[in-house]
Amino acid sequence: MIKVKINGQEHGWDGDPDLPLLWFLRDEVGLTGTKFGCGQALCGACTVMVDKQAVRSCITSVSDVVDREVVTIEGLHPTGDHSVQKAWRQTNVPQCGYCQSGQIMQAAALLTENPKPSHDQIREAMSGNICRCGCYQRIENAIHLASTGV
Amino acid sequence: MNIITNPDKLRGFEKHVKVEKVSRRAILKSLGIAGGLVLAAPVTSRQAFAAYQTGAGKMPHGTVVDPHIFVAIAPDGTVTILAHRSEMGTGVRTSLPLIVAEEMEADWSRVKVQQAPGNEAKYGNQDTDGSRSTRHYLLPMRQIGASARAMLEAAAAKRWNVAVSEVKAVNHEVVHSASSRRLGFGDLAADAAKESVPAIETLKLKDPKNFRYLGKGEVSIVDLRDITMGAAHYGIDTRLPGMKYAVIARPPVTGGKLVSFDSSDAMKVSGVEKVMEIKGWPWPSKFQPLGGVAVIARNTGAAIKGRDALKVVWDDGDNGKYDSVTYRTELEEAARKPGLVVRKEGDVDAALKRADKVVVGEYYLPHLAHVSMEPPVAVANVTGDKAEIWAPVQSPGGTREDVAKTLGIPEDNVTVNVTLLGGGFGRKSKCDYALEAALLSKELGVPVKVQWTREDDVRHDFLHTVSAERIEAGLDKNGKVIAWRHRSVAPTIASTFAAGAVHAAPFELGMGLIDMPFEIANIQCENPEAAAHTRIGWFRSVSNIPRAFAVQSMVGELAHATNRDQKDMLLELIGSPRIVNLSSVKDPWNYGEPYDSYPIDTARLRKVVEEVADKGGWGRSVPKGHGLGIAVHRSFVSYIATIVEVSVDDKGKLSVPRVDTAIDCGTYVNPERIQSQIEGAAIMGLSLAKYGEISFKDGKVQQGNFDDFPVIRIDEAPLVTNVYIIEPGPETPPSGVGEPGVPPFAPALINAIFAATGKRIRALPIGKQLEI
Ligand code: FES
Ligand code: FES
Repeated sequence: MIKVKINGQEHGWDGDPDLPLLWFLRDEVGLTGTKFGCGQALCGACTVMVDKQAVRSCITSVSDVVDREVVTIEGLHPTGDHSVQKAWRQTNVPQCGYCQSGQIMQAAALLTENPKPSHDQIREAMSGNICRCGCYQRIENAIHLASTGV
Repeated sequence: MNIITNPDKLRGFEKHVKVEKVSRRAILKSLGIAGGLVLAAPVTSRQAFAAYQTGAGKMPHGTVVDPHIFVAIAPDGTVTILAHRSEMGTGVRTSLPLIVAEEMEADWSRVKVQQAPGNEAKYGNQDTDGSRSTRHYLLPMRQIGASARAMLEAAAAKRWNVAVSEVKAVNHEVVHSASSRRLGFGDLAADAAKESVPAIETLKLKDPKNFRYLGKGEVSIVDLRDITMGAAHYGIDTRLPGMKYAVIARPPVTGGKLVSFDSSDAMKVSGVEKVMEIKGWPWPSKFQPLGGVAVIARNTGAAIKGRDALKVVWDDGDNGKYDSVTYRTELEEAARKPGLVVRKEGDVDAALKRADKVVVGEYYLPHLAHVSMEPPVAVANVTGDKAEIWAPVQSPGGTREDVAKTLGIPEDNVTVNVTLLGGGFGRKSKCDYALEAALLSKELGVPVKVQWTREDDVRHDFLHTVSAERIEAGLDKNGKVIAWRHRSVAPTIASTFAAGAVHAAPFELGMGLIDMPFEIANIQCENPEAAAHTRIGWFRSVSNIPRAFAVQSMVGELAHATNRDQKDMLLELIGSPRIVNLSSVKDPWNYGEPYDSYPIDTARLRKVVEEVADKGGWGRSVPKGHGLGIAVHRSFVSYIATIVEVSVDDKGKLSVPRVDTAIDCGTYVNPERIQSQIEGAAIMGLSLAKYGEISFKDGKVQQGNFDDFPVIRIDEAPLVTNVYIIEPGPETPPSGVGEPGVPPFAPALINAIFAATGKRIRALPIGKQLEI
């Protein structure tokens, strides 16, 4: 039995150790905030944090995160008031909203590493996250806002 | 010719056939040549006091304006308003209930929005497509709100024993100012519910100057907080006790069939529980499943891994020869020969012959896939002769009908729960994925989720059509355009409904071909034949994409040929402010709207061009390697003009520093969401212009995921998109917003590239064409 820690809680798994973390989170644990968009690390919809780093859960196996701290969108902030989440709401970023869990996790990881990213650094760090609705202008504005304190 | 074998059975298609008749009648009427017969609108869509008419009543099931259906007030004052249209990112789940709240004087912070299931007999038409929600429902939603307000006021007046004229609903309570008495909506709810619903013609709508919410853009979407917390519920998020997860191997070629399969390796995959055949329908079959082999597992990951281990033999059938390179040549050759004439004014052949100069533009646009961020997905629970569906569908009512038909059970036994849609763009107007889930659940006797992978989505889409557009424009010696022939060749959406459809349906002709607004003496539009070899479907803006691309690129070409400014050329072609007379067109369609409410008004078309030129700094000097391009297009009865500034570096790398768009969508509800739709349309326009191409070889789609079907990412997005919304005149009918932003983008970009580099791109995507 593998044990993994997600949002501070331990979960056991005795199925396929190669199961992508994405499907373990969504189908086995029931944390559906993390989304599926491509399954090939091409879109960022499935982004979670593993030891504070943004990771694509669709190409990460459950066995890869043993003894690590996994944080999903549900665990980012207890009341959903992380500075990135607040900035997202102030800027009215989402259209359909489907990509936004991944965008927010990526942005939060960026700000942990670089609290005051430049325009170019934001565009670079966020370029793995697709938004088919095209909310990019607002995503960038929201990250600037979060970095300057909401 | 079009052979629609059984149009009555084809809901989506029939819908357009119906509308087309009506709008033609309306147009004839507007031109003063109608016969005496005026159709009585269904009672549920009466608009007795309406300042304008829409096509809403002619959609399947029309509109329903009963406050008992849409509004509930709890004793604690909480007002629940139903959202009966699907939310895919436009904001409709917020804006329609907001209209009701505005009219009934409800305090938005005490309003809850509840999503209605699919049931058109009860709620009216629910097809969330064609950029129709605000345009068809602004008035009905106001009527519902006004009725609810009148019932609350009547209940309060009775309670106080005063005349109803002495009381007034204000901000969630009813006030009798003479006696300073007030009662909350919650206190009045039970009594108000007993009041009879007032006749529509007696309703008093609020004076727009007293609006608190409409037109302001200060209300965020209702799902905003949930979205930022990962708590919003999309189709993919449905989980039921005992639910199994399925992925399906489908025939790689449209119309192909399963021959045999070997599941022994798949069954060895940990978590896989069953492998089974799923029924398919012969092509074309509207939205029925393609069939294939389903892998059932305890989670999605196992199902995908199991499918990877399947060995399947397919019979590709006739479309196994479909090849995009050959097909392009066929389309382009067809565009060089005469085709079915669908609009004719003057004598285009004679005018071209006597022209001083003829400019010819041949344009090509490939198939596109929708790639909504949430791939198709649905959950079904079929028990006995009952079925319950949870799915992200744009067509809740159509899905209900189709599930009932597919399972052979009465429609009343089918419940369709509509989740949020992780993007739609027309893909989710087709409910094949819900039908697949229903078939599997019936077979297995447990709830089943069918998950499409991205590869499934790209390879089995109802694709945007592929088209060749050819325009010949004849100029006299003064540089005035005297002849215009536009041939448009593309497989039609009708081919998804009926075999043998080779000409565009009226609704396709009406998207930028026959409704071309230029003031030219000799015009001819033709539609040569094109046979489909894959499933063709609606994609955001539909045929407007190739038509606007061709027409607006040609404007750029004509400006260059006559050495004129693009904007001046454009305004000259649009000509005088007038209502375009389409009497030469057999069926102008006009997006299903009556022509007298929604005519092609060139004054409005000119206005968006002038507005964007003014606010967007047309003619400003730009750095070396940069260029400005402009385009305008009317679609979904809205008027939109876009200016793109492009930069092309010395290696041919393209970027977009700035986009400016002016939109006239008539009376509007939420300017903030209009802005977000236009920002998004620029991204989608740039995606399709730069990268968008689905191609076929041996009948199979050559792409599969975002690596070979790229879309624009943040590092390539325009630095800024400015949106200017034209203030509507009084009582200007509302018009579309979700789709119209897309069509003008690509031609504005292409005209900008020409200004920057002198290179004219006539085939999309741009791909490597600019690379040096
Ligand atoms: S689903 Fe993981 S990156 Fe797209
Ligand atoms: S908001 Fe729809 S994909 Fe990003």
